[in-house]
Amino acid sequence: MTTNISSGGRAKCELSFTVNGERRTVRVHPMERLLDVLRQELALTGAKEGCAEGECGSCSVLMDGALVNSCLVPILQAKSANIVTIEGLAAGAQLNCLQEAFLDFGGAQCGICTPGMILAASHLLQRNPQPTIGDIREGLSGNLCRCTGYVQIFDAVAKAVQFKART
Amino acid sequence: MRSDPADYELVAPANLQEIVALLAEEPGTWLPIAGGTDVMVQYAAGKLSARKLVSIWNLPELRHIEVLADEVRIGAGCTYTDLRENETVGREFPLLVSAASWTGGIANQNRGTLGGNVVNASPAADSLPALLAYEAELILVSIRGERRVPYLDFHTDYKKTKLASDELIRDICLSRRFSEYFSYTRKVGARQAQAISKVCVAALGRLDGGKVKDVRIAVGSVAPVPLRLLETERIVQGKAIEPSLLLLAKKIAVAEIRPIDDIRSTMRYRSTVVGNLVAEFLEKLRANEPAI
Repeated sequence: MTTNISSGGRAKCELSFTVNGERRTVRVHPMERLLDVLRQELALTGAKEGCAEGECGSCSVLMDGALVNSCLVPILQAKSANIVTIEGLAAGAQLNCLQEAFLDFGGAQCGICTPGMILAASHLLQRNPQPTIGDIREGLSGNLCRCTGYVQIFDAVAKAVQFKART
Repeated sequence: MRSDPADYELVAPANLQEIVALLAEEPGTWLPIAGGTDVMVQYAAGKLSARKLVSIWNLPELRHIEVLADEVRIGAGCTYTDLRENETVGREFPLLVSAASWTGGIANQNRGTLGGNVVNASPAADSLPALLAYEAELILVSIRGERRVPYLDFHTDYKKTKLASDELIRDICLSRRFSEYFSYTRKVGARQAQAISKVCVAALGRLDGGKVKDVRIAVGSVAPVPLRLLETERIVQGKAIEPSLLLLAKKIAVAEIRPIDDIRSTMRYRSTVVGNLVAEFLEKLRANEPAI
């Protein structure tokens, strides 16, 4: 092969990226899914595997500020990226306002969808600090919940918007 | 059965030149992967036949929107979010922006690309009727150079395209001549969001003295490929939009499509809906009623 391949291949390779503000280096196959690397290599089990096809959003994380389904990201594409998982939202024991609001409004029941819901909401509020209920519904439309019926989740996000506006 | 990552090769060359060189070295061997919203789904299900993948994600040469005097060139690696956030695309190509907003949830819109939607060639893809309506052209690149082809007959059969095994789509070119046209688009699915279309229509039109001066009607999910309804367009050309014309347009439109029964809908339902949507488009065009 004459082409100069800058990175990747079939064998395990070493690659680095930032996770929740910390530089991490892993030795993995380039086609491993970001979701599996987070859960298995880095023991960050907040992102969940639901459907494994980008339909349910339970594996949502932020990659360079954009909400992505980590089950659909080959780890090589996360090289040098800045990843934020649910574990990175709270500042120590201090929950972020979305997390507080989800607790207050019963937005979390079984908990499988919750990390993805909160990251999707966080992504929405970063782009649109004053979303309408329609914006909230659209922003969370890629995240499925089988417990709450969604109303408590939308209420929680709306409450967090009010709380943010006050502070 | 889940795939074993050790069985797959994935490389990420730094630029487009290296990528087309790789495609040319072993034609048909390397599968380009952009945001992974189709490829990774097949991979997770153990259904990905390609064993060698080349990442084209976030490549600067593929991820820009260039506004020229007479056309807008959208890099094939632009995501649906890129389309939704671009001011010119939003103003001049509402059919495409609507389609982008219908495609998956936000996470998929952040990763799925327009070029990927074209190459994946699903007849149910929502952005493809919009590209047909705007008479898009594609710039394809390979180590042999580049060529520009009309999108109209790019899809040759179910999931088949005219893309050569060493080629990549670089740009999707949209002429700006339709910016003053009346726009109509509608997706019919099982639910409002996150549902694959049963029928999707994108149409443009212009009247002159109460008669149809020019129309473009494209439909998805009703044939092995996304379709332009050329015969329906021809039949309404130059005519006043009256009940008799609506009936005729419905009949011709239904004759042009080749819908099937599948898990999402039936042939009969799809035919009825296509006829109704074509009629709705023409009525709204006549009334100049907002239809997006």
